[in-house]
Amino acid sequence: MNTILHIIRKEFIQIFRNKTMLPIIFLLPVFQLLVLVYAATFEMKNIQMVVVDNDLSSKSRQLIGKFQGSPFFFIEQTTFSIKEAEAMLKSNEADFVLHIPSGFEKDLIKEKTGRLQLLINAINGTAAGLTNVYATAVIADYNQDIIVENIHLMPLSQQPQINIGYSFWYNSDLNYKIYMLPGILVILVTVIGMFLTAINLVREKEMGTIEQINVSPIKKYQFLIGKLFPFLCIALFELAFGLSIGKVLFNIPMLGSLPLLFLFAAVYLLVALGIGLFISTISSTQQQVMFLAFFFMIVFIMMSGIFTPTESMPDWAQQVNIINPFAYFMKVIRMILLKGSGFFDIWKSFVSLLIYAILMLSLAVWKYRKIA
Amino acid sequence: MKLFISFVKKEFFHIFRDVKTLLILFGLPIALILIFGFVVTSEIRNAKIAVLDHSKDELTLEITNKILSSGYFILYENLDAENQIEEIFRKGEVREVIIFEPDFAANLIKNGVANIQIITDASDANTANLILSYTRAIIQDYSMSLNSTATKNIRVIPETRMVFNEELKGVYMFVPGTMALILMLVSAMMTSISIAREKEMGTMEVMLVSPLKPLQIILGKVTPYFVLSFINAITILLLGFFVFGMPVKGSLLLLMAENMLYILMALSMGILISTASPSQQVAMFISMFALLLPTILLSGFIFPIENMPLLLRAISHVMPARWFIIILKNIMIKGTGFMFVWKETLILISMTIVFIALSVKKFKVRLE
Repeated sequence: MNTILHIIRKEFIQIFRNKTMLPIIFLLPVFQLLVLVYAATFEMKNIQMVVVDNDLSSKSRQLIGKFQGSPFFFIEQTTFSIKEAEAMLKSNEADFVLHIPSGFEKDLIKEKTGRLQLLINAINGTAAGLTNVYATAVIADYNQDIIVENIHLMPLSQQPQINIGYSFWYNSDLNYKIYMLPGILVILVTVIGMFLTAINLVREKEMGTIEQINVSPIKKYQFLIGKLFPFLCIALFELAFGLSIGKVLFNIPMLGSLPLLFLFAAVYLLVALGIGLFISTISSTQQQVMFLAFFFMIVFIMMSGIFTPTESMPDWAQQVNIINPFAYFMKVIRMILLKGSGFFDIWKSFVSLLIYAILMLSLAVWKYRKIA
Repeated sequence: MKLFISFVKKEFFHIFRDVKTLLILFGLPIALILIFGFVVTSEIRNAKIAVLDHSKDELTLEITNKILSSGYFILYENLDAENQIEEIFRKGEVREVIIFEPDFAANLIKNGVANIQIITDASDANTANLILSYTRAIIQDYSMSLNSTATKNIRVIPETRMVFNEELKGVYMFVPGTMALILMLVSAMMTSISIAREKEMGTMEVMLVSPLKPLQIILGKVTPYFVLSFINAITILLLGFFVFGMPVKGSLLLLMAENMLYILMALSMGILISTASPSQQVAMFISMFALLLPTILLSGFIFPIENMPLLLRAISHVMPARWFIIILKNIMIKGTGFMFVWKETLILISMTIVFIALSVKKFKVRLE
């Protein structure tokens, strides 16, 4: 026990002595959290639109007014030439073109249908889909208006109607930030924990100082615990720090139990640090560690469901996620914070991660040889 | 010159000797492209829903079937009471609960109005919004089919054309994005680490006292990574084209030239990072934090820049990847020529110059 304490003390001294790494460990993640949470949003506002109004009627002006009033659209320019509008799409000056053909009003009144053309820059398919949804909503709104206006012309026929009411639970104003913040926090905590552990051990190898430890009476497990514990503390500290920032600046809800969250985080970090350790035992240089860890991380992050729903992934990918520690924590941290899930809701993930942690750590201990 | 060539050779030996790193260098772009192509999608598929049917009549069954047969949703559970909703959401699987009021069919026929309540788990706001709009569309569609005989109301019908990408293929986003990300990481990270490594191991000193000029040392360090990155760029283009059908509508030559420019920019950035870092660890973390997440999030790769707050839009201007992605999309998808991308190209060139100038200023011929 005493030996372990000494190793832990040594590690902490080393960490806090390195004046260039300290700000990187403690300040950079915070800065990232602040900046990136704002960036990760699909909320569309100010969609740059061009209006091509070839009808110039009161009806077309009314429709344009509807778009002007919508918070989602910003009319960049009005023109008569569809060519010019298309050129603007091409040069990225606009993302959306509303084309009102001549005769729009006449058709609308005579034939009861007016036709419009919407051109959407669809290189970003998701954004294009949303633009379409918003534009359709504005037009549907406009349709309601003209039905009411023309009610004297043609009384509404009595039709059976299904009313759809809806409500958004846990996040009624659809704030995307409170969903992204825990996700980004998971990445930052893992990067810090996993990389620091992995690099630390291999650095001793590269510098040759591992030899000295190898010839000392320190046992394998003592050494590894001594290596793991400081980084576990730092990572948990970062998590607490990040959560406080989230609470103060973004007012993220914390419905569930925080001790449960930290317990889960600790188990998760054991897996992450275990992977870090394992990578460092199979590498001989810091460069290798860096790239191996980096490879697994980026693959795991992308598959974890941070930006996209995991159930949309193909089945084999969902199977792969069983060994993806990110996926567990990504899901659980959001469940606990945003929905107040308790232990009985997450116990399966908890047990899986616990088994995973034990496997990973035993693997790392087994792989680590006390010979250079 | 001969000296220089042997130095470049030495660097290549260093790289090829480290098989693990090499494997990852070439494996990373392939893995990423495949993941983006086959795995990551923001489309809705198999979202789990629960149904709370107070009525259980013919119509509600029909609507439920219609929703389930759309391919977007699968039924997770049939609920019996309102108080189960909270519980099922907390388990984290179900994204949406659909509630039919009691006597649904009777109400619809007698009063002409029936009610459906949809509750979504909006902790994931984005997905909740999509799921709700899909469900509503399906129900509205059904509701319209009930009224097919009724007279139609006056209305405006929009015809939507998705320009540049009619099938809304994701490949148009992820190929340029992955390219910007990979080239940046491989070039900048590898260079910065490899120079920092020489410093840390003390071998930098040996090189500095050798007859090689500092410029030659830097160039020699950079050349192998330039070659590797370029191979990566070509791999991504080939994969994109043959596996996902990503076209190159514009000039291939221009595309290659822009790629080289971007790689050059990333390499000079790597050199700058290395001059500022005393050890590999510092170089790695700076590359990691300064490059990875910002390049993914602030470049327009996944999230559109126009939606970001003003400050972030300003920051995104200094992300080289942002300009490179615009260039790539213009050349590959829109097929525009140099006239449409000269501004972005100029920005990348000036960034390269600034990085090189700064590194030359910071490069120390002597070690402390």
